[in-house]
Amino acid sequence: MDEAHRIVELIPRLRRYARALVSDRARADDLVQDTLERAWNKFHLWRPGSDLRAWLFTVMHNVHVNQVRASRDHAVLDDEGPEMAVAAVQGASLEIRDLERALAVLPPEQREVLLLIALEDMSYAEVAAMLDIPIGTVMSRLSRAREKLRALMHGTPVTVRLQVVK
Amino acid sequence: MTESTTSPVAEADLLAYVDGQLPSSRNHEVEAWLAARPEEAARIAAYRHQDEELKLFFAPVLDEPVPARLARFSERPSKWRPYAIAASFLVMGLGVGALAGWQLHAMRVPAGGPVGIAKNAAVAHATYSPEVRHPVEVGADQEAHLVAWLSKRLGTTLRVPKLDASGFNLVGGRLLPGDAKPAGGPSPVAQFMYQTQGGRRLTLYVRTEATNNTETAFRYAREGNVGVFYWIDRNVGYALSSADLNREELLAAANTAYKQLNP
Repeated sequence: MDEAHRIVELIPRLRRYARALVSDRARADDLVQDTLERAWNKFHLWRPGSDLRAWLFTVMHNVHVNQVRASRDHAVLDDEGPEMAVAAVQGASLEIRDLERALAVLPPEQREVLLLIALEDMSYAEVAAMLDIPIGTVMSRLSRAREKLRALMHGTPVTVRLQVVK
Repeated sequence: MTESTTSPVAEADLLAYVDGQLPSSRNHEVEAWLAARPEEAARIAAYRHQDEELKLFFAPVLDEPVPARLARFSERPSKWRPYAIAASFLVMGLGVGALAGWQLHAMRVPAGGPVGIAKNAAVAHATYSPEVRHPVEVGADQEAHLVAWLSKRLGTTLRVPKLDASGFNLVGGRLLPGDAKPAGGPSPVAQFMYQTQGGRRLTLYVRTEATNNTETAFRYAREGNVGVFYWIDRNVGYALSSADLNREELLAAANTAYKQLNP
């Protein structure tokens, strides 16, 4: 089947993931557009016969990481760093029932892993390969993301390495 | 309670349970474990609920009309035409350094294959490389017998690369079970173990592949603390694993092995 055709078929999936990743609708479509442009220019790097969806999501991941770094609107790219300053400032029993807002509070690298697995149904191994990180890191990010989201959605205290900053 | 006879349930099991990525036998163990722990069961149920909510919340995006600025990508420019080049895995974020010195002629991996071999090889490495007394079934002192035996079981003529120049001496090898073939029946796998004088180990995992590749791919993966370089050459898949070598050292060993396997 024609690859251009298959890429176009995947656009709704890319848009859904982008929307969940950056929440703002226009910025999400910007991300998809940048991803498609990059994929377009780099298409000779795609290995025929390999998973086109995984490749496109990897391209999107790289574009997104570069944008996050450039914009610096999320300083936390390293999940060993101090985390959840937002929740700490607002109090440990923070209640955010709005799923979209709760997602936005997650550190980007945790949000990404959660969405690839929960929304895109990717296997841990696929996500590890895509993000070029060990499976153990995938699972620890997933674990933190889920627990944080649960705390945010249900107003229970965040227990995962959360310290209230005075 | 069945807990005493099974391995303890870790957070990783619980996550894999939520995501349907546990083997079914383990599923039952996790369910039994959760049945005795209502708080944990509630937490796991909440995670599942979260996932469902996520899917529901973002599902409408799939049905939205694609904006024109994105839809224009349906026109295929001539430069889209795929052609294999040696740098194709760069975009996958798999390391510029890995390319240095690598001399494969082209890149092509059947989808699904390599991930499987890398994971299986890493698991086998992690299982047998810590063995002090029984790291292998047949020792290097019987190398001719070892190679003949494993070649017969795999149904292909195997060669064992010599890595002595890199400081790795053959310890020996063993036969391992592989994934069942689509046509049914087992597909045995061979593992050769090497070791330095200092006790650092690497293993070469060899299995036959269903596809008959005319081009060779070469990729790197990591499973836990085990690094794996793997490639498929015609109908044989190779994976070189170690937890003791850094990526560059492992690459050098893989390069040496590849050259000897393709003189």
